[in-house]
Amino acid sequence: MKSTMKVGGNDVKAQARDFLVKYGFIFVTIILFATFFSTQSTFRLSTTFFSMLKYTSVVAITGLGVTLSMSVGGLDLSVGAVAGMAVTLSAMSMVVYNQPAIVAVAIVLIAGLVIGCVNALLIVVFKIPDLLATLASMFVIQGLKLVPVHGQSVSSGMMLTNGKTAPGKFTDGFLNIDGGSFGVIPYSVVIWFGLTILLWIFLTRTTWGRSMYAVGSNPEAALLAGVRVKWYRALAYIMSSFLASISGLILASRIGQGDISAGNSLLLDSVAVSLVGTSVLALGKPNAWGTALGAFLIGVVITGFTIAGFPYYAQDIVKGAVLLLALIFSFTLSRKKSRFIAAV
Amino acid sequence: MKSGLEIRDIRKSFGSNEVLKGISFDVKPGEIVSLLGANGAGKSTLIKILSGAYSEFTGEIVIDGSPVIIGSPLQARLHGIETVHQKINEGIVAGLTVAENLLFDRIATEEISTLISPKKMVKKSKELLKELALDWPDSVLRDDVFNLGIADQQLLLLSRGLSHKPSLLILDEPTSALSTSEISRLFKIIQKLREDGVAILYVSHRLGEIDEIADRLVVLRDGVIQAIQSRPFQWKAALHEMLGDESATEIENRTELVGEEAALKVVGAQIFPNSKPWNIEIRKGEVTGVIGLLGAGKSEFAKSIFGASQIVSGTFELDGIAFQPNSPRESIKSGIFFISENRAKEGIFDGWSIGRTNSLPFIKRLSKRNFINFSHEKSLADEMIKKVKVVAQSQSVTVDSLSGGNQQKVMVGRWLMHKAKLLILDEPFRGVDIGARREISRQIRSLVAEDCAALIFSSDIDEILESCDRILVLVDGEIRFDRYLSKTSRDEIIGKMSEVA
Repeated sequence: MKSTMKVGGNDVKAQARDFLVKYGFIFVTIILFATFFSTQSTFRLSTTFFSMLKYTSVVAITGLGVTLSMSVGGLDLSVGAVAGMAVTLSAMSMVVYNQPAIVAVAIVLIAGLVIGCVNALLIVVFKIPDLLATLASMFVIQGLKLVPVHGQSVSSGMMLTNGKTAPGKFTDGFLNIDGGSFGVIPYSVVIWFGLTILLWIFLTRTTWGRSMYAVGSNPEAALLAGVRVKWYRALAYIMSSFLASISGLILASRIGQGDISAGNSLLLDSVAVSLVGTSVLALGKPNAWGTALGAFLIGVVITGFTIAGFPYYAQDIVKGAVLLLALIFSFTLSRKKSRFIAAV
Repeated sequence: MKSGLEIRDIRKSFGSNEVLKGISFDVKPGEIVSLLGANGAGKSTLIKILSGAYSEFTGEIVIDGSPVIIGSPLQARLHGIETVHQKINEGIVAGLTVAENLLFDRIATEEISTLISPKKMVKKSKELLKELALDWPDSVLRDDVFNLGIADQQLLLLSRGLSHKPSLLILDEPTSALSTSEISRLFKIIQKLREDGVAILYVSHRLGEIDEIADRLVVLRDGVIQAIQSRPFQWKAALHEMLGDESATEIENRTELVGEEAALKVVGAQIFPNSKPWNIEIRKGEVTGVIGLLGAGKSEFAKSIFGASQIVSGTFELDGIAFQPNSPRESIKSGIFFISENRAKEGIFDGWSIGRTNSLPFIKRLSKRNFINFSHEKSLADEMIKKVKVVAQSQSVTVDSLSGGNQQKVMVGRWLMHKAKLLILDEPFRGVDIGARREISRQIRSLVAEDCAALIFSSDIDEILESCDRILVLVDGEIRFDRYLSKTSRDEIIGKMSEVA
């Protein structure tokens, strides 16, 4: 007999708890938003709102990649490094090699796919556990990207090693990725929402997404149900790296130079928003809208605190507290087990 | 004064489900009482209560005349109750030596210092082993416990239990992993313990063993004691009481199906490196049962047909066409379906609804350009629930919240909604109540009538007799016997199973 038999449905306490687990996080978001909205006049400006979304988009898109790797039961630790590499690569192609924006974008996206394939190879063919494989590739990428730039940040007009001045610059078109907007809505926010919708459809409506969740939930059972487990794990890592390279492009466009430290904090932030996402609506699994909402909430809180005059280091405390709250919803209060977190 | 164990009106519920409905019996010192019951009868729950794993229940446990409270395994031990569980993994600590395992509970309770020297530890271990007249050399005692065979691990756990000089010893399916000679050795030990005045509660599915060793028999069904017998045992009556009358009569009334056309041909199948190759033909229109003990190679063979693992050598033909099972995916496409023996590990997705679990193997067929047709998915699940009579509120209920029998109905049912050429079921009745077992068996029988072959693998003779028409006996990776049910008998099959090459 199973000891996990459900308690009768009239158990009010359990129902209240289920309700809290399901909607608690959304309430927290609304309450915080309302609090900042009513107490801070700057927060009420629509420009504040959209710039908040804009800044959140990089973490959010990277988080979508992490969501994918988590959906097959793994975790891609190389996403931050891939985004950082994207910054350096776009600066290299435009500033040092004087290439147009379109070439820079193509190079970055291809590099993202290649790294995704390498990660997939390490995990699926070489059978290295996900976390360890991507930990190793994270270090390699972080180091490799510094080789062509000799460990220096790349900016327009800089002195090259051959004594000449760098011929190119970040083109206006490229800077427009993050700087431009449709009316009031910045392009990067459009990209974020577009990708969120695509990933949501992919994960919930298609056979591919269904198969990925099956792999993440029980790989043996998935295999015996005819799911190509290796193929889907590979696909998840390739898509994850690709998404990270897109967020890297946005980041590069925002910074406007090849900052070698770019993307350093991205890994932990994006893992955090994906984890927060698993607790939204008590789905207990990584999902696209959850990740978007997680990123949004962290954006709201950080913006609100910054406007209120809290120092920059309050940000980490806030992120940690939000993550902790989400984890309490997922693990402590939820009667479902969370099964998609590689480290657990 | 010693009077052994007496339990009075034990009741235990999980949620609204009462699994023990007032159990009372006693085990006197120097007596072996055997507990008999089908899966789901409540045996495991009762054992867990007596061994302190469940502390919430009602009723009274009386040991040597005084009521005791058993709230933890440690308290059970203090009251002289030792349990050797069926699952060896629950007692053996991997990564430690044999000696450390023997003394493990004393080290855990700090009765023995953690700093004890290996030399002293070996010496102390030898004292424990003397009880069972086991003479393991020092090298074995210092070796990793992993290197012991399953049978020896079982004996290790028994020695460990006996080292506490229990007044009640509970043995839960102690022979399920043992060979015939190891069983007779174990029985000698048990009989000696009886002479020493230990009360023994012996739980087994194997009637022959109970017949050999037990003094009394307690038959349990649906959480209620149906009968208590003393020697000589009336087996027919006991089985009727254990299975319920309806189930017993249904076995007798079944008509045998005999197929003609071969669905699967296996040529030169060699399961283990040291086993001989053999050929077999699995026919449509009948249910073929493969019976074999643990380690006979059942799962290896079953999974190799499905492409989930490989045997040493062998070629397959499906409907007269050669095929190479490379992956479950390809096998499913060609009409070979497989239901794993381990539904928790290889079947159920935690948190997945019946609908999703049902559709996964055929998700491509339920979608258009890879977009899932949700209404189709739902209606298929509703059909499946109706067909195999899953007891669930709706198709959106999660499979892991169902009872074992209903979980298994889903595991089997999801393969019955699509046209199969060969349905392979590995231990389909494990942990399944009788109602579900009969329903699943009935479904398989009606499936083979539709131009399909079914292959059931089991180590339980009654399951095979109840559900199959043709019986193959697998011993040490070789098919030793092939006969229709009407041309053989239970005794003959058991005889073939116990034959040693």
